[in-house]
Amino acid sequence: MSDTVTLTINGRSITVPRQTTILDAARQLGIDIPVICYHPHLTANGLCRVCSVEAGGRTQAAACVTACAEGMVVQTDSEPVRYGRRTILEMLAATVNLAEAPEILALIAEYGADAARFPDAVQRESPIHDDNPFYLRDYNQCINCWRCVQVCANDAQFAFALNFDHRGYFTTIGTFMGDGLMDTTCVFCGQCVGVCPTGALKPKRQALLEQGVDPDDIFYQTRQKRKRKP
Amino acid sequence: MEATSTHAIDLTLLESVLVRYYGRSRSALLPLLHEAQAIYGWLPREVQEAVSRTLRVPLADVHGVVEFYAMFYNEPTARRVVRVCEDIACTLRGADAVAQAIEAELGLQPGETSADGRVTYERVPCLGMCEHAPNGLNGTRLAGDLTATAVPDFLAGVHPEPEPKIYGTPLLKLGRIGKMDPLSFKDYLAHDGYVGLRRVMQYTPEQIIQIMESSAILGRGGAMFPIGLKWKFTRGAPGTPAEKHIVANADESEPGTFKDRAILEGDPYSLIEAMSMAAYVVGAENGWIFVRGEYPRAYERLCHAVQRAQEEGYLGRNMLGRQGFHFNIEVRLGAGAYICGEETALFEAIEGKRGFPRIKPPFPTTNGLFQQPTAINNVETLVAALTVARIGVDEWLRFGTDESAGTKWFCLSGHIQRPGLYELPFGVSIRELIQMGGGVRPGKHIQAVLIGGAAGAFIGPEQLDAPLTYEGARQHGFPIGSGVVMVLDETADMRRILYKLSHFFAHESCGKCFPCQIGTQRQMEILQRISHDGGPRPGDRAALMDIGFTMTQTSLCGLGQTAASAIMSAIQLWPELVG
Ligand SMILES: Cc1cc2nc3c(=O)[nH]c(=O)nc-3n(C[C@H](O)[C@H](O)[C@H](O)COP(=O)(O)O)c2cc1C
Ligand code: SF4
Ligand code: SF4
Ligand code: FES
Ligand code: FES
Repeated sequence: MSDTVTLTINGRSITVPRQTTILDAARQLGIDIPVICYHPHLTANGLCRVCSVEAGGRTQAAACVTACAEGMVVQTDSEPVRYGRRTILEMLAATVNLAEAPEILALIAEYGADAARFPDAVQRESPIHDDNPFYLRDYNQCINCWRCVQVCANDAQFAFALNFDHRGYFTTIGTFMGDGLMDTTCVFCGQCVGVCPTGALKPKRQALLEQGVDPDDIFYQTRQKRKRKP
Repeated sequence: MEATSTHAIDLTLLESVLVRYYGRSRSALLPLLHEAQAIYGWLPREVQEAVSRTLRVPLADVHGVVEFYAMFYNEPTARRVVRVCEDIACTLRGADAVAQAIEAELGLQPGETSADGRVTYERVPCLGMCEHAPNGLNGTRLAGDLTATAVPDFLAGVHPEPEPKIYGTPLLKLGRIGKMDPLSFKDYLAHDGYVGLRRVMQYTPEQIIQIMESSAILGRGGAMFPIGLKWKFTRGAPGTPAEKHIVANADESEPGTFKDRAILEGDPYSLIEAMSMAAYVVGAENGWIFVRGEYPRAYERLCHAVQRAQEEGYLGRNMLGRQGFHFNIEVRLGAGAYICGEETALFEAIEGKRGFPRIKPPFPTTNGLFQQPTAINNVETLVAALTVARIGVDEWLRFGTDESAGTKWFCLSGHIQRPGLYELPFGVSIRELIQMGGGVRPGKHIQAVLIGGAAGAFIGPEQLDAPLTYEGARQHGFPIGSGVVMVLDETADMRRILYKLSHFFAHESCGKCFPCQIGTQRQMEILQRISHDGGPRPGDRAALMDIGFTMTQTSLCGLGQTAASAIMSAIQLWPELVG
């Protein structure tokens, strides 16, 4: 078995090592496939599906998790592909507040998605968690990209403070029995805040500054002692 | 909430359970949670903490698992849960009146627990007993053919337990049910038990694979993969027998499906024999049966059957007197999640995780349970393979058509005089099946038939002559799926049925990928309004078609890919439903 495969993407031929994803192969050709959940340093789970492309199968294929195959013919920007992306974006816009997710807002504009398409939609609502001096969690802005859960667990920190509440549409990120982060195994490494694409996780200083709080006050509000670990 | 969750929980009750679990791995999480919940009725914080310590699973992960499965509770819940089916087959036969009678009798609304803490009441998706619709579960006691007047008996636990209703001919695979004691190993042997396995053990695994390939058995769980090929791939995958698995998929949660339950309850040893044959062919030492949490009687009988087979030397080391033939089976109980019928989600559940489907490839034959080579099959597929072993491939091929060999189980339900499980050779038409079932009530006519389950498709009365074969299904644009044939006469409120279908998928979407997680919700919102909250609006049809296209084309797994299929088929046949 050869170590490389040759395929065409939007009519252009390319040879790549076996196991290369369609996303990476397309990038080598300078073809841009949109992504939302994908992050180059984290395990790709194929969640958002806006990277879906036509690759000759019964259904479209998520480019970030689908390996290139010999003779594959890929279309990254056909009408069915754009149709699916547009609808995912329209549905997502009716789910949570995307005001601080500039990349997603750009995609909504690029694909002509009507963010007001589903006016009666039930939004995924959640109280704001202000339970520690370091960062805020506002899951009204959370798209369930799993990045924070992953960095908190096997992808980086092995702290296992975050997991999920509920399932299906009402899935939200949660802690054990809803405990405040000070009472969990969180080590306040801040990695989740760093990878969050939507502003759902935000450093407390930044949130307070945005609210117009005086920087001196912010110093007092955020300098509490860290919880001592047992 | 706070007050109840901190009141004294007597952890000493749990000690005798925990000692059996010390040192075990995360894969023991679901069984331990089941055992703990049997003690307390729910899973208080202290109990989850003890579970977390015992199995060394992070607290947040335990929480995520409890939250995922509908039958695990982290809020005070009674030990006895009364569940009434609110799905379509039961709705067609009067489930609303039964539910109202239960609510009046208990004084509870769905999701509520009585003030004395002794009973919790829920409305739930299909319980897999649709031939007895409307159905309920009182704790672990099954109940069928419920009426409003039967509710006091049901709640008192004296309403008769339903038995599978079996019809058809030839009963190649269902023949033993009702004729033998499902608990008795001796009785099983007296009814041709282990004839099939002993016969094929004269052959090499490769020869048996060839027999299975010529039997042309396709997977009965919906994906129609040839069993011979699946066993061949798993046999050929790198790994020792100790690293390979045979899994029986007994999750059976597709609305309208009640076929595997007949075997699980009425002929459990045949599943064990069939899995043993698979183990012999594949070269696998580990067997698993994953049964849905709503099948308590099937679970109990399977556990008993496995134990008896072990005692008789028909499972274990050097079984059936054959040196080097080692195989054992562990029975696992689900906890209320349709998605765990999807093969990779099922593996995750056995591994003690939320039932999130995995990305495929890699496929189970190389990366299945615990990332090891696994042959996972539907119960009916396994029993079909065993039947071929017992009667021979030539006899098997006398039934059915060239492309669709042998017999198939059809789950006939809804507005039909004689609902039941029909074993028939492939090739019977839908009309013939309905006639065998006594047709619709006198004076009524057929409005629609749902084929293949919630993930299937509707057909209209003009398509009734379509043959029930794989090739016929392909030609007429419906899936055979799990063999559901649900009849709806003109009294059925189609808009309400479509809403119920959408409700099922919104309830059961795992939430992993965006198109299905959000699409099932948006689809339900629109159909809810159309059905009983204001009626259709311009743009609804386009919105439903957009959602349907997107879920079908871009979802991660089969649930999202089929969550719109029945609904879109109805919109195409009867556009006025949504406009
Ligand atoms: C959402 C979903 C639910 C499923 N539920 C079941 C089930 O309850 N029982 C089953 O045998 N297969 C079910 N399947 C199919 C399994 O993934 C798998 O294809 C099957 O167990 C393979 O066995 P077979 O080849 O014998 O059919 C389901 C698939 C999906 C996508
Ligand atoms: S909080 Fe942020 S990183 Fe975490 S899942 Fe939500 S959007 Fe993703
Ligand atoms: S299609 Fe639905 S059930 Fe399947 S992974 Fe996506 S959200 Fe989960
Ligand atoms: S970027 Fe590929 S699924 Fe999200
Ligand atoms: S048991 Fe009620 S619909 Fe199947």
